Order: sequence, then C-alpha cells, then structure tokens
Amino acid sequence: MTGGFHIVVCGSIVPDPLQTLAPMEGPTGPSLKNEMMLPAVLDPWAGHALYEAAHLAKSVPGSKVWLVSLGPKAKLQQLMMTIAQKVSFELVVLDGPAGGFTDPCEVAAALAGAIEAIPGLDRSRLLLFGGCASASRDAGVTMQMVGEQLGINDQFLGIDELKVKPDGSFTVLERVEGGQYQSSSCVGAPAVLAWATGNLTEPPNNPQIGMMNMRTIMPALQKAQPAPVGASGVTYLNVDLPKQQRETRIVKDMSVDDIAQEIVTWIKS
Amino acid sequence: MEKILFIAHTEQDGTLPAAARETLAAALDLVNKISGSTLTVGLIGQDIKAAADSIATCGATSFLAVSGADFATSRYSSDAAAVEALAKKAEATIVLAPTTSRFSRAIPGAVQRLKGRIETHISGMDVVDGTIQVQRWYYRQRMVATQTRVQRPWFLLIDGGVFPAWNGTAAAANVEAVTIQSGADFSRTTVLGVQSASENSQTIRPDADILFVAGAGWNKKQSDGQLHTQEAESLILGFLANSNSSLGSTKSLVDQSHEGEAVLSFMSHLNQVGQTGSTPRHQKGLATCCHGEEPHAVGWRFINERRAINLDANCGWAQGKADVLYIADSFKVMQKVNQLLAEK
Repeated sequence: MTGGFHIVVCGSIVPDPLQTLAPMEGPTGPSLKNEMMLPAVLDPWAGHALYEAAHLAKSVPGSKVWLVSLGPKAKLQQLMMTIAQKVSFELVVLDGPAGGFTDPCEVAAALAGAIEAIPGLDRSRLLLFGGCASASRDAGVTMQMVGEQLGINDQFLGIDELKVKPDGSFTVLERVEGGQYQSSSCVGAPAVLAWATGNLTEPPNNPQIGMMNMRTIMPALQKAQPAPVGASGVTYLNVDLPKQQRETRIVKDMSVDDIAQEIVTWIKS
Repeated sequence: MEKILFIAHTEQDGTLPAAARETLAAALDLVNKISGSTLTVGLIGQDIKAAADSIATCGATSFLAVSGADFATSRYSSDAAAVEALAKKAEATIVLAPTTSRFSRAIPGAVQRLKGRIETHISGMDVVDGTIQVQRWYYRQRMVATQTRVQRPWFLLIDGGVFPAWNGTAAAANVEAVTIQSGADFSRTTVLGVQSASENSQTIRPDADILFVAGAGWNKKQSDGQLHTQEAESLILGFLANSNSSLGSTKSLVDQSHEGEAVLSFMSHLNQVGQTGSTPRHQKGLATCCHGEEPHAVGWRFINERRAINLDANCGWAQGKADVLYIADSFKVMQKVNQLLAEK
C-alpha cells in the first residue's frame, strides 16, 4: 500500500490492579475513594493495542501512531513518564474523568470529536486501535461507538493477531466462544481493531524514544481540551464491594493420598 | 409501558445458543413485571425457521427476522445493520440480547445509530415500582452496581448463566421478514472460519462443571532443582481428560511463553483468568500452583465452590477467597487425583 496507515489508539488510565478499590458517593455520582491518589497504569488491553500499533507502524513505511487519551491531565502526565519511553506516538489529550462510572456513549462522542480534529489525519488510511474493554467500566462498547461515529463499517473485537499484506488488506483473529478464534479478512483501512492481548510483550524502556516523544507530549498536555463526560440519564442506586468472605479451611497435615481422595469426592459430588 | 425486543442470532446449525434461551427467559420476566408491555422476538441468521419454531410458544406478540446468506456469519457490518433494522421495525424501547462475541461486536454500533444507550454484562435484573433496575460489575468484578437509566432505546446484553433457560415447546412460528435498507457494503470483510486457539487440544470448555486453574508454579523448579514441564503437561491434560474440566491460567504462567521460558504447549492468553483475562462461570474451581492474588482472584467471582492446592499457607487463597486450601505439592496430589479418577 502507498503512504502507510494512520493508526489512532484510544487508551487511558486505570488504577493499578494491585490497589485496593472502594467506591464512594461523589457530587456527580459514584467514584473511587482517593481516586486521584491511586497509582495508575495504562489500561492493559489499550496498552497491548498501543504496542501492536507501534509494531505495525514500524513494519509499514509511512505509518504514524497517535494516542488519544481521555483522563485527568495530571494523571496522564504521570503515566507518560513511563509509556512515552516505550514506543513512538503523538499524544492527543482530553482532560476529563477516566473512572468506570461514566457513560461509554459520552466517552465515545468525546473521543470521536478529538480524532476528527487531529490535523493531517487521513481517514481513508485510518486504523482505529484500542482495547476490547477497559479494566474500569469493562463494557466493551466504546471502540465500536467511536468507529460508528467516524463512519467505519468494518470492526473487529477481541483481536489477538493482525497480519497485514503488502496491498494493505489484512486478516485478523478475534476471540470467540469456547476459547476459539474467528478468522476474517478485510480489504483494508478504514477499520476498527479492538485488541485483546495480542502477541507482543511490553517493550522495554528506551530513553531516546522518551525524549523524542516528550517534545510533543508536553505541548499536547498543555493544549488538553476539557471533556466533562459523565453519565447523564443514569441513576446509580448503589455501588458495593462484594461482601462474600469465605471461611477458608486450611488443610496442613493431611497426606497426599487423603487430599487426593477428598478432592475426587468433591469433584464427583 | 415498554416495547421489549428480544434479539438472538442462530448458531451455524440453525439453532439458538443456550445464552439466547436464558435471555428470552429474562425478557419474559420483564414483560410479566411491567404492566402493558409487549414482547417481540427478532432473529438473525442464514435460515431462522428452526430457531423461530423452537421458541414459537414463548408468548411473544410477533416474530421478526433478518435472514439470508449475508447473515450466516458473525460480521460487524451485516450484524449491526440487522440489529438496527429489527429495533426500528419493532419500535423497541428495551432490547435484550445475550452476551455473545457476535453481539458484543455488533450491537454497540447499532446502538450508536439508533441514538440509544447500552449496558453490557448484565448479571441481574429486576423491576421496582415499574422501573427496570439492572446489576453489573465494575473494575473487572471488583464492585457491583445496581442502576437504571431514562434513555430509550435501552439495550441490555445479558451474561450467560444468570437466568434459567426458557424451555417451552416448539410450534410453527409466524415470522415477518425484515429487509435491510442501508445499502452498506458487507463484502469488505469476509469471515474465513473458526479455529482452535491451541494446535494441541481444546482446553477451554465453557459448559464444564469444573474450572482447573494452573499457576506459574507448574513451570518453576521443583524440590529436586529441576523443571518438570513435561510432567506438568501430562498431569494437567490428564486431569482435564479425566474430569472434563475447563482449563484456566494465571497471567504469570501465560506470560512466560513470551519471556523465553519453558512453557506448557497448550496454554494461551485465552486461558487467562483474572483482571486482564476472563471471568468464567463454573460450579467448581480448583487452583493449583497459584497464589490467589487479588488481580487473579477477581476472575473467580462466578465460581461457586473454590479449592486450592498451594505450598504457602499464607497465600491469597487463605485470605477468605477459597473454601478449602490444601498445603501440599500439586504435582504429587494431581498425580494421585488422576489415578483415582482413572480407576472409577
């Protein structure tokens, strides 16, 4: 293909998975206790999408990667200290809430608006990347809604593999029921590709890439547009932590034979 | 009053998936609880007659269908157009659909076209004072919310295993065909087929009673200072065969395949359970060589009975996450378990 792909990755922050989370009632609805203080990471599946995008951009000359992030500007700036050292991209920032209790429809509208406003973006060469679901809202609908607003009629969800041919057409493997993959071919861009894990490891930090990225990241953060997304029309009647705490029986001094027999009896019960 | 539309797609053999019958039961429950509401069935597939006939006596006021060769396979462009057409024809205010990979891909786009709203992964539903309240989890099964909304049409994707499946008698259904007006080009994407994630064996079985989870310990040096990867493979596959279990994994174990370490050949990221993996539904779960850390254990939210085998008495499973924690060597225990299962 000529000119390469214009790859836009949608991805934002989520609390570090190792953090203890607790809901609280805020002025605009539920939120996380101490949300702004919690250590944050790039949303895992969006992270895989970013690494796959960078890998694809390297292999198809003329390609370029943008990362469009909707989140609190200060938290995104912290995140960029690590992510920016991994792969090359140009950042587009929307300053707004990144929590799970926002409506994906409002988030999608904000993201689509930001993508439409990217200078020099060729929509005929657009591959819209993102995670197949976030680790916060976990709805798995935002990418399709963004794609729909951008008029993209070829969409794929839960991708673990993308193979691009020289003419720009590609095949994908999408996760389907029963631990299987659906294999599909598409004639080419524009398309939405919402990633699952993919096949790439997290790239190591490269300070040179970090320095290069930071030239555009800091101005992007300064130019961040406010995106006050919420969940209009939604009433959260309650948000609770699961209360079930099991009474764990810890078996320390049982022989292997007895443990095995007990497990088999349990399996067959 | 709500105009409720239940939509489902057929399987390759023309039948309805089990999750669709469960969602139909949920839709009927809503109709019963909301005074003056009506139920329409909408079907998508190459040939929907058998599927429509199988639920003909469910009590729906009408049956609609988008069918033909274009709708035989799971593809965004054709499926989104079909869902859009069905919702418009039914003038639906509430749309219920099962959580399948096909609908998870296509329905959000149709919602956008219809200027509606959507809630996915619904794990509970009720009607209180005439208002529909749904339950769903946030932050990957770490907190649960009950919520409602005013916008219509409101699409609800119901998770499998939440409602008992509708199980009525079959009859001849009177189905009205709905034609697609959009003129969208469906030919840009071609579905080539479905393939197994692992070349060796099919280890993920959503309908199994038992989930067997392998942790990174299977791939670590054992008490003799050596790796026993081949033995681990044999023990795990032996247990899956003997007990007809589904195989899950921790993130740390599947990640090892990317880090150049010896790996279990049948393990892939699709087996991964937890924060960045799946949250399967099974009656029982047995964790082995796995520490039960929170990001992993959130994937066990819908496993009813939980047991674990671990060498560490202070591991995460002991902190109220498992019913029973056996402090033992998983290699030895599973060898004996396999032997006992094979005998009986």
